Formats: sequence, structure tokens, C-alpha cells
Amino acid sequence: MKRLDRNQIAARVARDIPEGAYVNLGIGLPTLVASHLPQDREVIIHSENGILGLGPKPAPGQEDEDLIDAGKAPATILTGGAYFHHADSFAMIRGGHIDICVLGAFQVSAAGDIANWHTGEADAIPAVGGAMDLAAGAKQVFVTMEHLTKQGESKVVERCSYPLTGLRCVTRIYTDLAVIDVKSDGLHLVEIVAEGLSFDELQRLNGVALKYRAAA
Amino acid sequence: MINKILAAPAAALADVRDGATVMIGGFGNAGMPAELIDCLIAQGAKDLTVVNNNAGNADSGLAALIGAGRVRKILCSFPRQTDSWHFDRLYRAGKLELELVPQGTLAERIRAAGAGVGAFFTPTAFGTRLAEGKETRHINGRDYVLEYPIYADYALLKADRADRWGNLTYRKTARNFAPIMAAAAKCTVVQVRETVELGQIDPEHVVTPGIFVNRVIKVL
Repeated sequence: MKRLDRNQIAARVARDIPEGAYVNLGIGLPTLVASHLPQDREVIIHSENGILGLGPKPAPGQEDEDLIDAGKAPATILTGGAYFHHADSFAMIRGGHIDICVLGAFQVSAAGDIANWHTGEADAIPAVGGAMDLAAGAKQVFVTMEHLTKQGESKVVERCSYPLTGLRCVTRIYTDLAVIDVKSDGLHLVEIVAEGLSFDELQRLNGVALKYRAAA
Repeated sequence: MINKILAAPAAALADVRDGATVMIGGFGNAGMPAELIDCLIAQGAKDLTVVNNNAGNADSGLAALIGAGRVRKILCSFPRQTDSWHFDRLYRAGKLELELVPQGTLAERIRAAGAGVGAFFTPTAFGTRLAEGKETRHINGRDYVLEYPIYADYALLKADRADRWGNLTYRKTARNFAPIMAAAAKCTVVQVRETVELGQIDPEHVVTPGIFVNRVIKVL
């Protein structure tokens, strides 16, 4: 079996982001999605610190300390972009104006619950940022993650054991093994993306039952 | 004649008392009013409650205020950073109280204070640890959590330009929390890059109207 690498997962997500979408990309793997969007597709990226129309990283020497992204890295803004304050920014998120957000996760449940902000360790310093607002507010929540933990356990689970970020909000899961839709009647396999992985083997690794209807 | 522009930076924060709640603008270092924070450190007020998105980076600005032991409690959404060592040390030692608030809820609680809203229901955090013990309500098929405003005695902010009536413009993402904090605090103190004559800021371009601003200082 040949699994997708991080950039290949990001490229697979990018394929599903349509022209005209307003999109928020989380920190880490989700950020990579931006560089895989086709040049001829207009997608407007929202950065929750106050940008619509986030551009690529600035060239060395062109950084501006007043222009950063949600990960606090130097950023640029596209022609046609806008700046706004934090309450407006989260009105865009909470008010259902963001079409798609892409988040990383520790676990996603069969019901679409997501856990991505806290490992549950007692001495961990907690930090949540905008993850709970995005989970609650975006029209569609895409999750990117490796399918299995280092110990080989599925991160797609019946019930999350880590502290929850949001309930019943994930719509689609992209992993190094598969693309899975979360629907009201359970998990539906969209596509196996790892080369040489059979449905039966994916089902065994996934732990939670997958529905699959081959294209007619 | 109204003139909110102060000549001496020290005068801007001379009346901050121990135990005050202070909102500090900025997201990371963008929009952080570093010179005003230095003034506050020099002024000496302690047992402060601070409201900011983060809990300081490296050794300057908010991190320096925390490192100096002036902060009793912090309300923020994302304290843990690779360079938040002053916060980490005091938090682990039990010397700094943390109220962790989702970022959008933090913004809306600040906005509510400035807008005279007594409380509001938000879907954010429903069913999570951060909503434990909070009142909830099912409205039109969705579950919501009741959240209350965050009021402050002072807001310390950074803007780009100001006139003597306190009208403000900002630069890029340095705007972040400043416009809502300006409205939420009893006394809003703003450091700016440039002060201009009345009329030099086009009324169409004013981002924070001067009604929300009490004191302005120009920093180099």
C-alpha cells in the first residue's frame, strides 16, 4: 500500500474547492491546500485575524509586521482583498458565510464530532483559538489528518475520546488512505486514495463501518 | 477645544489602579501597543486582569508585562505558543489564572460590552469542555451557549493615524481587536504612528470614530 503524503492530501482537498468559494484554512496541513488550488480558479481565502483574499507568502525582504496570517506568519493580500476587525471576522464564520473550512484533527467520530484542540493530558496548557467557532459556523467542515495514529489506531472513531471541539459538524474527511463523507446515516466512502488498498483492508483499519456504493 | 492627543506618554496611564481590567490590542505582535505596555510596566500597576488573544510572545510587550508579575488573570483564546515562556512558567506555578475563551466568543463578548448587550447565545463550544456549567438553550433547532460581555477599565491599542477628536485608522491586520476593544473600555488609550489635523482623515475612511477614544499618544 502506498499512502498519500501531506501535499498529496492537500492537493486532493483542493480539487473539491469550487470556483467562488470562501474558504478558511487551518494551521498545518490545511494551509498547504492554498498552494494546490488551480491558478485559474478564483477562491477567496479568509484568515480569521482579519483578511479576505489572503495571498501567498511574501518574498524574502517584503514582509510587513502589520500583515500576518492566522498562524502569525508574514502574509500578503490579493488585489480585491479586504481587512476587517475580529468581531466581523467571526461574524463571517459563526454567521455561516464561510463555505468551507479545512481543519486538522486528532479524531473524528462517525457522527461528525471533531476533537482537535486538546490532548486531554492534565498538565497540558490548553489553547483553542478559532477552532470551535469554525467547527460551529462554517457551512462545510473538511478534516485532513493521517488515518492512523503512530500506534496504528484509527483516528476515525465511533466516539471521540479526546475533548471535543464541535459536535456533528464534520462533512468530509480526507486522509492518507481515503476520502469519507459524514452523513446522517453514517460514514460513506467516497474514494480510496492509497494505492493498492482494498475496501476490506480499509474497513479493517478504519474501525467504524463504512458504507460504499460503487459508481453506476 | 477637544484635544485627546497627549504630549507626555506617562500621563496616558498614570491613573491605572491595581486590580484593573486592561484590554490589550494585537494578535501576536501585529497591533500590539508595545510602547503603551512599556508605560504600564513603568507605571507599576499590579494584580491586573488582561484581555488579549494571546499570552505574550518572547520577552517584550505583553510577555514583558506578564514576566514582570503584574498580571493576576488573563482572558485569551490561544496562550500556548512556542515563545510564550513567561506565561507558561507562571501558569504552571499557579501564579496566573487563565480563562480560555474561543476566539470568536472572545471577540463577541468584547463587542457586546461596547454595544450595551447584556448577554448573547452562541453555537460555538456547545457540548465541549469550554461550555461546561454554562446556561444553554435550544433555539430554532440549534443548541446555543449563553455568554456574557467582557468589560474593561482600560483598552491599550495601536492604530495608524489619529486626529485630535480621536478618529482612528489602522494598518492591515494590525486592526484585529482594536475597534471592539475601543468601545468596550471605560478609558481607551491609543498609540499611533501619526497624528493629523481634523479633516485629514476622510470621514468615509474613519474605522474607529473618536467617541470610543479617550487618549492618544504619538510614538516614533
